[in-house]
Amino acid sequence: MSPLLEIRGLSVRFDVGDATLTAVRDLSFDIAEGQCVGIVGESGAGKSQTFLAALGLLAENAKAEGSVRYRGREILNVPRRELDTLRGRRIAMVFQDPLSGLTPTLRVGRQIEEAARRHLGMNARQARAKAREMLETVRMPDAEHCLDAYPFELSGGMRQRVMIALGMICRPDLLIADEPTTALDVTIQAQILGLLAEMRRELNTSIVLITHDLAVAAGLCDRIMILYNGRLMESGTTSEVFTSPKHPYTAGLLASLPSLASDPATDLPAISGQPPDAFVTTPGCAFAERCLQVMDRCRIERPVLAAHEGRHAAACHLNTK
Amino acid sequence: MLRRMLAFTLRRLVVAIPTLLAIATASFFLMRAAPGGPFDTEADLDPEVLENLYTAYGLDKPLLEQYGVYLANVLKGDFGPSLVYEDFNVTELIAIGLPVSARLGVIAMLVALLLGGTCGIVAALRHNRLFDHATMTMAMTGIAIPSFVTAPILALFFGLYLKLLPVAGWNDGAAANMVLPVIALALPQLAIIARLMRGGMLEVLRANFVRTARAKGLPERQVVINHVLQSAAVPLVGYLGPALAGIMTGSLVIELIFDLPGVGRYFIQGALNRDYPLVMGIVIVYGTLIILLNLLSDLAYAALDPRVRRTYR
Amino acid sequence: MSAGGLLQSPTLRRAAGGELSGSLWRQAGRRFRRNRAAMGSIGVLLTIALASVLVPALWPHAVEDASWENILLPPSFENWHWFGTDANGRDQFVRVFYGGRISLTIGLMTTLVALGIGVGYGAIAGFTGGRTDGFMMRFVDILYSLPLLFFIIILVTVFGRNIFLIFVAIGTVEWLTLSRIVRGQTLSVKAKEYVESAVAIGLSKPAILRRYIIPNVVGPVVVYVTLLIPTNILIESYLSFIGLGVQEPLTSWGLLISQAVGQLDTAPWLILFPATLLAITMFCFNFIGDGLRDALDPSARQ
Repeated sequence: MSPLLEIRGLSVRFDVGDATLTAVRDLSFDIAEGQCVGIVGESGAGKSQTFLAALGLLAENAKAEGSVRYRGREILNVPRRELDTLRGRRIAMVFQDPLSGLTPTLRVGRQIEEAARRHLGMNARQARAKAREMLETVRMPDAEHCLDAYPFELSGGMRQRVMIALGMICRPDLLIADEPTTALDVTIQAQILGLLAEMRRELNTSIVLITHDLAVAAGLCDRIMILYNGRLMESGTTSEVFTSPKHPYTAGLLASLPSLASDPATDLPAISGQPPDAFVTTPGCAFAERCLQVMDRCRIERPVLAAHEGRHAAACHLNTK
Repeated sequence: MLRRMLAFTLRRLVVAIPTLLAIATASFFLMRAAPGGPFDTEADLDPEVLENLYTAYGLDKPLLEQYGVYLANVLKGDFGPSLVYEDFNVTELIAIGLPVSARLGVIAMLVALLLGGTCGIVAALRHNRLFDHATMTMAMTGIAIPSFVTAPILALFFGLYLKLLPVAGWNDGAAANMVLPVIALALPQLAIIARLMRGGMLEVLRANFVRTARAKGLPERQVVINHVLQSAAVPLVGYLGPALAGIMTGSLVIELIFDLPGVGRYFIQGALNRDYPLVMGIVIVYGTLIILLNLLSDLAYAALDPRVRRTYR
Repeated sequence: MSAGGLLQSPTLRRAAGGELSGSLWRQAGRRFRRNRAAMGSIGVLLTIALASVLVPALWPHAVEDASWENILLPPSFENWHWFGTDANGRDQFVRVFYGGRISLTIGLMTTLVALGIGVGYGAIAGFTGGRTDGFMMRFVDILYSLPLLFFIIILVTVFGRNIFLIFVAIGTVEWLTLSRIVRGQTLSVKAKEYVESAVAIGLSKPAILRRYIIPNVVGPVVVYVTLLIPTNILIESYLSFIGLGVQEPLTSWGLLISQAVGQLDTAPWLILFPATLLAITMFCFNFIGDGLRDALDPSARQ
């Protein structure tokens, strides 16, 4: 049986004036049915662009190459009409900033209803009832009143709930949550993550959680993939990645997480240096410049990782010694 | 919400009173500061006759007194007698001229809005493709060539050569007589509106909420109609109010070229002949018009954007 | 692409930081030089300006030379009447460029007047802030609701049709938007953290003005001014067309067009040349303005 989502050799390039910026570089991995996968990386690592590309939502000046299959069916660079049967129905996406992500001029209810009317063939009354039901599912206080509110009248947490209700209304197979908690307070963050876990349990939806925060990913996900400079660095189950990281970058990320056990008087070890430029492509490992265990080989030969085999692996020469 | 809008409108109208007063005052004293008088053109009037004329029109009184009398009359809707068009008072002249100018302006604006708006929307949806480039080049041309060049050329071509349309004249607002002035007035507006609409569309098409709408699986048509148009029209609305006022004032030249009895022509005649009451009357009427149209465009903002609605108090 | 996504790249984040420092000015300059429409427009404008200076001085026919034998000649290379002659037998070629002199001068001078008033007024309002600012801007609001073209006409009729008064009349009316731009920019820069920290470490007011406020105000002002010049040229030609602008023996593109309209059916070439030059000039300034805006604010592109 083919996986839910199968990504092979995906690259995303942006045409910026006279230069080309590469956001995603030859990426391959799978998302299995029913899984919750955390995609972790710094900003600019290509996390969001990977999934925007998969859904055909890239900006005008971007081009995607490679292959993305949904249940074995190619969906990358297919005509809009084909995408429209998929987006919102089978695969939904929840975006980071729910204020700019919701149309300011339309009432919230109308925005939630739209997908239901489109994909489930509901009439206005049915769709409204369904939207109300969804708002209750995402624990929106006073759902009825909320249907008639405009996005700017809601708080950040409420807006994010609306976003999730909007994504889940057609019960998609896969929900892609792009930094769903970044713009929120810590307490609200926990509520939203709890909500996602509940959705997954009750509706059996696969979830991709895009985040820069390892701790957030650890709380929700079965598997974790670490992205750096548009490439996959490490992939494994959450416990594998946390207990025995195979890539120095992952190890660095883990070390920079504060924990209750660490002594507040000592500085957290940070990864020194800057992430590499998206305009240039080096022949070796992208992390080489910042890696404490760098070898000569790292600068000449790029280590590869094929994560779709589902085992714990990292793109690092240290593992192939 | 309706009550709030009503209160907002009333407040704005109250605030407009000092503005109108300022307009009246400025135009009154500016006109009086001018060297020369309204009867200069009637060569070699007997000084005694001249004095009688001044007394008859109240021009011999102290300036402040004239000012006070004038303001009091304006409040009653009486802008005084025209000094040049001897058988008319200013209110009558404006009543003749304003419907002509307004009808031309409104029709031209509607044409410009309909065509320019559509062109702008389509150009944005075909961004960087042939239609986009062609429309924007034409829009540039429309802005670069002033109406006093297009108007005579249109008259020459359709009037004199093809003999399809009358070259000039109003003819009680016959449709054929309005075609050319409306085209000449509408062209530059059409160009500006197309550019504004395209700009607004491009801006909104990049917004995150458009991505959300697309991610729902809505076809592009529905994305544009439901999620884009309303926000994209905002810059246009800000432009339309003042522009409608402008198109009526800007029609000065068109009224001259096509010999139309609009306000603009009376204004130029009045200004050239120092017909104080006529000039001031027209300025005050137009000032009022601008204020009303600005108010209207603020209300339209509110209609388009719920966030704006909330800030009005 | 969404601005948010693009800004995830550290390189671009630096480039799009908004505040223009030295290297960003250089980048803007490079972007502008790559804009072919804008660079070409500068070339065309310089050519027109140069011709306006040289042609009246060097051409075999003088501006005011009337010749009753040569009335309304069509354009030809014979006898140096490249653009033909007008109803008084005057050479149109030399008159068109002589008119260019005046139209361009008026465009520049009126804009300078507007620039002076607008920048001064806006900067004072924005920098002082508080009640003074509120009062000054309310005054601008009032002026905004005046029928401005009417006021220019009143000014010109009242104070005579002297060319200097035309500068002043147009300039005193067209500064409003400039003052709003300058005030808005000043206020927004003033509120930025780095200016607050500059105040906190005790930088003097003139130093803050020079180092932070002026560099940030210059961009939008330059763009607006480039677009104001053609607007003012157009206003002048409106005035001249009505007969309230430039008077004989001087001439301008507007006046030439106005005189040509009377001969439109017998001598259509008379309107062709001044109208074309006027349109080309409008085009060029608009292209340059658009180019400057794109160069200074890369996020506004695409």
